[in-house]
Amino acid sequence: MTLGQIIALFMGSVFVQNFIFSRFLGLCPYVGVSKDTPSAMGMGFAVVFVMTTASAVTWILYRYILIPFDLTYLKIVAFILVIASFVQFVEMFLKKTFPALHRSLGIYLPLITTNCAVLGVAFLNITQFESESYGFAKSTLQGFFAGIGFMLAMLIMSGIREKLEYAEIPEPMKGLAIVFVTAGLISIAFLGFSGFKL
Amino acid sequence: MAREEKNNTGYLRELTKGFIRENPIFILCLGLCPTLAVSNLVENAFGMGIAFFFVLLCSNITISLVQKLIPDEVRIPCFIVIIASFFTVASLLMQWFIPDVYARMSLYINLIVVNCIILGRAEAFASKNSVFRSVLDAIGMGIGFTASLFIISAIREVTGFGTFLGFRLIPENIKPVTIMILAPGAFFTIGFLMALFNLIRIKKGKVSK
Repeated sequence: MTLGQIIALFMGSVFVQNFIFSRFLGLCPYVGVSKDTPSAMGMGFAVVFVMTTASAVTWILYRYILIPFDLTYLKIVAFILVIASFVQFVEMFLKKTFPALHRSLGIYLPLITTNCAVLGVAFLNITQFESESYGFAKSTLQGFFAGIGFMLAMLIMSGIREKLEYAEIPEPMKGLAIVFVTAGLISIAFLGFSGFKL
Repeated sequence: MAREEKNNTGYLRELTKGFIRENPIFILCLGLCPTLAVSNLVENAFGMGIAFFFVLLCSNITISLVQKLIPDEVRIPCFIVIIASFFTVASLLMQWFIPDVYARMSLYINLIVVNCIILGRAEAFASKNSVFRSVLDAIGMGIGFTASLFIISAIREVTGFGTFLGFRLIPENIKPVTIMILAPGAFFTIGFLMALFNLIRIKKGKVSK
């Protein structure tokens, strides 16, 4: 795997096909937790961590268990169970070994189980890199970069929403309506990256 | 008020609450990812709506039947497994009956499993209510979801492609607004529709006061 491929993966998952602005994955936590910057940061770190590790785990599961035993039609059930139990395991591990980190990520970790971005990246990995060489490394990297892209989107939005608190917004637009229009505007900016090839 | 109209009207309210009052997309703001991703064509929206409806109905029935058997601590994993099994059935059926729609949006159909509406209804409603009420709830929520998806996709397809279900509505020489079928169009459409729903609620609230 060359450096060029890694950079291409990075640009692709963070900017060109950002999980929120172009693939629409993980929108519920995105609008739910982006009210202020510290919680957006916490959620972002938790997502980066879980997406990276879940990509690695689900890829191994798919390649070495589901394919040899011809069980690929069970991939959804298998993935969601693995992710759910994995998140639980990560929570217990963090609680024991890094209590400070656990305190800051604590409430966001259980929410990630139902974050469709995590399951989404697992599916993208197995469809894109199923038969490629270095599939494992590419899947893990894609999970990591997609998590970074998610965190970037969270940080941009939380910064804007902190300012929106003081803006004069028409009554019906208050709440999530203005958040979606803002997300649309950011998404136009991210469209500028489309067609970007490395 | 609720006590007198317990029986018949109570059931009717259970059915209709998903349409506007507790519309899953515009009011509860759940299940947004598939909504935005598949709403660029009316055809896709229908495919998604049907799959969603099937999974929601089956999982609501099953969960309300087994609610007494599930221990409280592990209820979420149990719900997810039930939903995932019905989803597998739905996806196999879709691959057979509408293969081209399935191929176009297989990623988002797979994500029905973690759709917060289905899990939310399981947690908030089906695990506490009788089978009949859960069926009504599923039908109401399913119709509310599909109708919202239909509205969003109709707006986006007509403005973005100039067609509706493949039929041309706007003449060829008028250029369609391509941005409406791209990602920003989805955000704008749902943002303004949410504002519209809020406006209706504010107006209604003023009248009843």
